[in-house]
Amino acid sequence: MSDTPADVIGFYASQLGVDEAAAESVLASALGRGGSFAELYFEHKRSGSLSFEDQQVKSTQASLSQGVGIRVVEGDAIGYAYTEDLSPDAMRRAAETAAQIAHGSRDAEPVDVTAESYSADRYAIASPSTSTPLAEKVELLRRADQAARAWHSSIARVDASMVDEEKRVLIVRSDGRMVADYQPLLRFNVSCLSELDGERRNARWGGGGRMGMAYFNDQSPESLAEEAARQAVLQQEAREAPAGTFPVVLAAGDSGILLHEAVGHGLEADFNRKGTSNYSNRIGQPVASELVTVIDDATLDRSRGSVNIDDEGELAGRNLLIENGQLAAYMQDRISSDHFSVTPSGNGRRQSFRHAPMPRMTNTYMTAGDDDPEDLVRRVDYGIFCKAFSGGQVNITNGDFVFSVTEGYLIEDGQITAPIRDVNLIGNGPDVLSKVTGVGHDLEMSDGRWTCGKSGQSVPVGVGIPTVLVSGITVGGTQMRSGAGMSA
Amino acid sequence: MAAPTFSTEPLELASRILAMAEAAGADQADAVAVSSTNASTTVRLQKLEKVSESTARSVGLRVILGGRQATVSTSDVSDAALNEAVRTAMELAQISEHDPFAGLADPGTQARSEPQLALFDEQIPELDGDHRLQQAMVCEQSALDADARISNSGGAAFSTSVSSFALVDTNGFSGTYADTSASMWVEVMAQEEDGQMRNAGWSTSERSLHRLDDAAEVGREAAARALRQLGAAKASTCEVPVVWEPRMAAGLAGIVSGAASGEALYRRATFLAEREQEEIASPLLTIVDDGTLSGRLGSRPFDGEGVVTRRNALIESGVFQGFLFDSYNARRLEAASTGSAWRSVGGLPQIGSGNLSIEAGETAPERIIGDVEDGLYLTTLMGFGVNYTTGDFSRGAAGIWIRNGELAEPVQEINVSGNLLEMLERIDAVGSDAQWFGSTSSPTLRMSRMTVSGA
Repeated sequence: MSDTPADVIGFYASQLGVDEAAAESVLASALGRGGSFAELYFEHKRSGSLSFEDQQVKSTQASLSQGVGIRVVEGDAIGYAYTEDLSPDAMRRAAETAAQIAHGSRDAEPVDVTAESYSADRYAIASPSTSTPLAEKVELLRRADQAARAWHSSIARVDASMVDEEKRVLIVRSDGRMVADYQPLLRFNVSCLSELDGERRNARWGGGGRMGMAYFNDQSPESLAEEAARQAVLQQEAREAPAGTFPVVLAAGDSGILLHEAVGHGLEADFNRKGTSNYSNRIGQPVASELVTVIDDATLDRSRGSVNIDDEGELAGRNLLIENGQLAAYMQDRISSDHFSVTPSGNGRRQSFRHAPMPRMTNTYMTAGDDDPEDLVRRVDYGIFCKAFSGGQVNITNGDFVFSVTEGYLIEDGQITAPIRDVNLIGNGPDVLSKVTGVGHDLEMSDGRWTCGKSGQSVPVGVGIPTVLVSGITVGGTQMRSGAGMSA
Repeated sequence: MAAPTFSTEPLELASRILAMAEAAGADQADAVAVSSTNASTTVRLQKLEKVSESTARSVGLRVILGGRQATVSTSDVSDAALNEAVRTAMELAQISEHDPFAGLADPGTQARSEPQLALFDEQIPELDGDHRLQQAMVCEQSALDADARISNSGGAAFSTSVSSFALVDTNGFSGTYADTSASMWVEVMAQEEDGQMRNAGWSTSERSLHRLDDAAEVGREAAARALRQLGAAKASTCEVPVVWEPRMAAGLAGIVSGAASGEALYRRATFLAEREQEEIASPLLTIVDDGTLSGRLGSRPFDGEGVVTRRNALIESGVFQGFLFDSYNARRLEAASTGSAWRSVGGLPQIGSGNLSIEAGETAPERIIGDVEDGLYLTTLMGFGVNYTTGDFSRGAAGIWIRNGELAEPVQEINVSGNLLEMLERIDAVGSDAQWFGSTSSPTLRMSRMTVSGA
């Protein structure tokens, strides 16, 4: 069984000597120069990885990372320091470093820390994968390898890997709150190379979530491997993508990456507190078609982006961001929620104890509409159907965002026809969302494969979307369509 | 002096865990340890926003047991934790399979002396927080003062790092070096009366303070870049010449270097496979990787396996010279290590470049632009649209449209696309204006034709 919050608190006290009294003492040092708030983020993470290539186990890895990040807040400014050494002296020195953000010398009020319990039930697991015998995991990788090779004779290489971690976090704050969580994470990856008449094409696929080996109850290694193989083989027939602005139908599921880039980042409250987002000062205004409702939801069962509490110790929940096209709310961390005088939304996240928290997404999705997904394709004379992606990026300030399509097709006369080669799509957030002219009834969440980067910090996230029709996005292909422009 | 005391600890730590692995019965092993002190000060709108300072250290171990290898790492460096890490490594190695190519670097290729690479600036460990604060303030202030239309700021930061790296192996290699770095960045927003906002950032990063760009100059550059994007709109879809400003061209060198990885070759996941000694690019193009340049961010005395670093030409006058190798991939493909292994504490050696440079040509950048009647001056690329296996390139972009040889109006929300092999062939001008950006240097480049997707 996974640890309950009380088990995690017990673990820190018994294994690492970090208990209420120790935390109170570090907090006293952190507030020693008069900071208005201090927080300790303890992290103990065990992770492992297994990689399989050339039909054998290539390498195995294990790592232990532990430490504490200490943040002292003074107004909008923060002091931050961390240490991997959890001895009282090392923690006191780190606290004194972080304390330098404040310049007073008053004696801080002693902090009375109390462990709080709550219902942490979003990813309780029966057996952590980190304690599963390695031979069992190797067998899953072997099955994936065999399935991919059996899928098509052109599959010349298969690389499979499995990465997992179990993280115990303990957050202690100067308002006395002490709260803990146990966060498992598992990811299975397959990469396939198809080689046909000297032409090479590759594709990756994978999945996982905040779960143990139970992930494989619903998802077989064969199905993940066959999907990677199918995409690689499909690319052998792909033709050049068109260049220009066309209608685009986004398949349900992974296409949620569009939302993550087009509005997700722009609604993180740090950018809006600073007025640097193209969504700043637009609460209550229309920012999308009336068909669009967007939610960030940390409560989804065992999803990669789910958390019980955020990395500032707030309970994480379900937050409405856009309702029927109107901007409803930003995603808040502690500093921004103070600024906007709202309650923290539980979106304060960080990569590790080495990093200060900031507003981040959890699982971000668009709610289902009324359209028949197939009908959305039938409405397009000429356009693109997008199904799988390798990543995306956004410029928060001007709103331009991109996402890279690795499985896409032409739509001709309302029918999905030829597959196209890898292509990038670019749009502007509010503009593209105002062009959503159809939303399917088939909301689907991605499998657990996405990692979001911001200011040098990576966190696991989920994305989701029903099938959606956008009347125009710029498609970065190489094929000039007649009449679409001039030629040099 | 801060440097010597700083550099001894990782070597001691790596040696300690290596001895434990030998005692536990590993046939071969190597250990790597890193210690670094990082300090950073961020300001925004001339107010202090964040101060951070921490010292991190961790150790990693690779064991090889009957041709089976495993790696472990830990940030808990107590003897008990190191012993547990060694035990785990030995257990993990048992379940790996025999790999005839697994092993340490050939001792004959490893560094025996430490060349003077000027990687350490004695001033950096002595800097106090006030210096970082003052530099960040000057940098942002000069951006804010540049023009009344500079309306907001994403902040400015000045950061320093003092690191020490040690590598030891059971063949008797033992090496350590210390290095420093300093960097500064700023991002500002320009705004028109209609409320439209355009942002730009600029940065500088070096091993020594005296090489950093002047703080006020970094600020002015960011402001100028934000201002010139005001009014940017989508261009029309077309095929035109594209001029890559030096910073964008430096990114292109990085893509070529990634495609020239010996591991990508082994996986056949590179468009450069089977093209050694072929003319794959314009004769104007020469790209060199050199890990031995004095004072550069990509320099080091030995690589992540102890192999002595060197100069590797990737493309010489358009001809692809060959791949970069670590020892492992070199053995798999009957090649030799090029001293290109990078090692973090958490895993196996990975192939990467040292200092990459596209060599300067003879054409003044003004002429490269001046010869274009209708085309794109590329200043921004977005996204991950590079397929290393096929060479397909499709990325979001922004820049300035060139009309009759002059930089005219700004453009954004466009895509540029092509295939890298065609793109490299179509380079028809290389500038005389090579500039360093961290560990990469490049001049202005022009490609005779790319597809620009827009309205």
